[in-house]
Amino acid sequence: MSVTYLDAIREAQAKALASHPGVFIYGQDVALFGGAFKATKNLLQQFPGRILDTPISEDAMVGAAIGAAAEGMRPIVEMQFADFSTVGFNQIVNHAATLFWRTGVPCPITIRLPSGGTMGSGPFHSQMMETVYAHYPGLVVMTPATVEDAYSMLLEAVLEIDDPVIFCEHKMLYYHLKAPALPTVALPAKHARIARHGKHATLATYSAMVHEALLASQQLATEGFEIEVVDLRTVKPLDTDTLLASVARTGRLLAVGESFPWGGVTAEVVSRAADEGFALLDAPPRRLNAKDTPVPYHPNLWTAHRPSANSIAAALRDLLRS
Amino acid sequence: MAQTAFLESLPQSASQTKLPVESALDESWRDLYLKAFRFMQRARVIEDKLASLYRSGKITGGCYVGRGNEAVAVSAGIALNKGDVFAPLIRDQAGRLAYGESPADAFRTYLGSRLGPMRGRDGNVHRGRPAEGYLAMISHLGAMVSAATGMLLGRRLRGEPTGIAIVTLGEGATSTGAFHEGLNLAAVEKLPVVVVVSNNLYAYSTPNSRQFACESLVHRARGYGVRGWDVDGTDLNDCLKKITAAAQDARQTGLPQLVVATLLRLSGHGEHDDAFYVDATLKTLPVARDCLAVAEEFILQTNLADWGEILEWKEEAKREVESILAEVQREPVPDPFEERWCCLATPGLCEGIDGV
Repeated sequence: MSVTYLDAIREAQAKALASHPGVFIYGQDVALFGGAFKATKNLLQQFPGRILDTPISEDAMVGAAIGAAAEGMRPIVEMQFADFSTVGFNQIVNHAATLFWRTGVPCPITIRLPSGGTMGSGPFHSQMMETVYAHYPGLVVMTPATVEDAYSMLLEAVLEIDDPVIFCEHKMLYYHLKAPALPTVALPAKHARIARHGKHATLATYSAMVHEALLASQQLATEGFEIEVVDLRTVKPLDTDTLLASVARTGRLLAVGESFPWGGVTAEVVSRAADEGFALLDAPPRRLNAKDTPVPYHPNLWTAHRPSANSIAAALRDLLRS
Repeated sequence: MAQTAFLESLPQSASQTKLPVESALDESWRDLYLKAFRFMQRARVIEDKLASLYRSGKITGGCYVGRGNEAVAVSAGIALNKGDVFAPLIRDQAGRLAYGESPADAFRTYLGSRLGPMRGRDGNVHRGRPAEGYLAMISHLGAMVSAATGMLLGRRLRGEPTGIAIVTLGEGATSTGAFHEGLNLAAVEKLPVVVVVSNNLYAYSTPNSRQFACESLVHRARGYGVRGWDVDGTDLNDCLKKITAAAQDARQTGLPQLVVATLLRLSGHGEHDDAFYVDATLKTLPVARDCLAVAEEFILQTNLADWGEILEWKEEAKREVESILAEVQREPVPDPFEERWCCLATPGLCEGIDGV
């Protein structure tokens, strides 16, 4: 018996629905159909009246969730693809994210973003949006990399966090990433995690790139280098303490992200290391991101567009030589 | 539509207000009318004072008034019961008073009082108390339609009576995607959201001819599958009658309504704007009548009150406003050294503040 990353997301929602009467799911094709990726499959039967199909109206979906949250509900909004959340961007960053600050009324909504690239998905079904949302005050941005985190962090987002959470779940991990069982204990979402211990360089990353980073670290291990992989788990807030503690052990830092290269999480990681941990560094900190073009369609282009185990390994070798 | 054709489409003769004299004789209607009138009067006094504070440099940022929009606004506010949802816009001082907001909150928000609902974190007309069903607008017009819908949705999901919601907008907001998504959602969800659009003929400086191409915005109601109401926004009688009827219809049927009231904005977009662009011909048409003056004339004609009473009410409002303002000006303003600079409700998640 094993549990996939997608199962974990479905089970977390089922548990949240069972635990709190204020939880409901609002999104396109989520009810009878069970969601474009089946993340809400069979939930309608278990929780009738609480899984609601919406028109194709991302702005209004988030707006309605904000209103319901102001009334004490804890809605989960499923965006069909992270890319489409841009249509609801205004409600997310200007309304949900400002509500508590402006009025003192909390806005506990969880917006699920099926994120990241899969082969053949092209420019509008592949994007990573964490960088964009992390920029705005008032939002919590989670980027789980494991089955266990997909479950426990989603539960924490829906039931425990009283603020808008942008939950970036990676589509590439949905079906293939498996764990023996759902977790029974959880590390709070705000903490980063050491996914692999090492001493020669710190590789800070998140979401699906954690798995590419671990593969790259295995390559480097055969060359005699022990890479410490830090899984950031949540990019806003960013666990700078865990990051800097790792940099203190290794003296070198590579930050890897699947999103576009201008600014973003990797830039923030490098900036914090340079600002707060300059004396810990033995070499200039480095970043590796996707290329500065839209996400391409063809597999030949797509595999070269995003960081991979090989390109990460190459970047690590450069870093270790510097 | 060319601007000329648009002007021709408006009523040309400054005809006498169509007064429902028989209604005016009805005692409860007379009480309602006078109650509404006095809110309008007070709103005008408050906003004249705000404009004067703005001109004397005592207000930071912009200042927005609802001159000419009071009849629409007050009718929306008066149609709501306690517990109903109200999402007013920038020209709704009269409606806010009628809904039950303290007049002090207008001054508190403009002056940034820490005792006000926004505590200096947001200002001018951006204010509300969402915990009480009173939403605080964001500037992005149209966004409040779905938020108000969501409040009623939340109540329905909890199995509670929803009450109704009134969201006010200008005609400019009807051009946004958020308006379309919101009204469509309210219709699909079958929730009693009343969207009251004041078509005040200019969205900032943009005339109707550059805003929409349909003959009347109220025709859009049919497209959304909601009931539409066409209202003379200069006439308190018409506003009260139709907006309260639309609210009543929403209460009874549980379905959304679209009210479109037509009037001319009698100010600039904000007090910084002299509105030089307003067509001079428009100002001569009945649509340019001041709803407050029209209501005064009606009151005098129907002997609801005499001129002395009207003046006394205004003086009373002025005294009240002066006293409130004097108090608000003594209230504490925000202190950056006491501000926590954390905008999350969850303890322990603010970077650099909560030890994260």
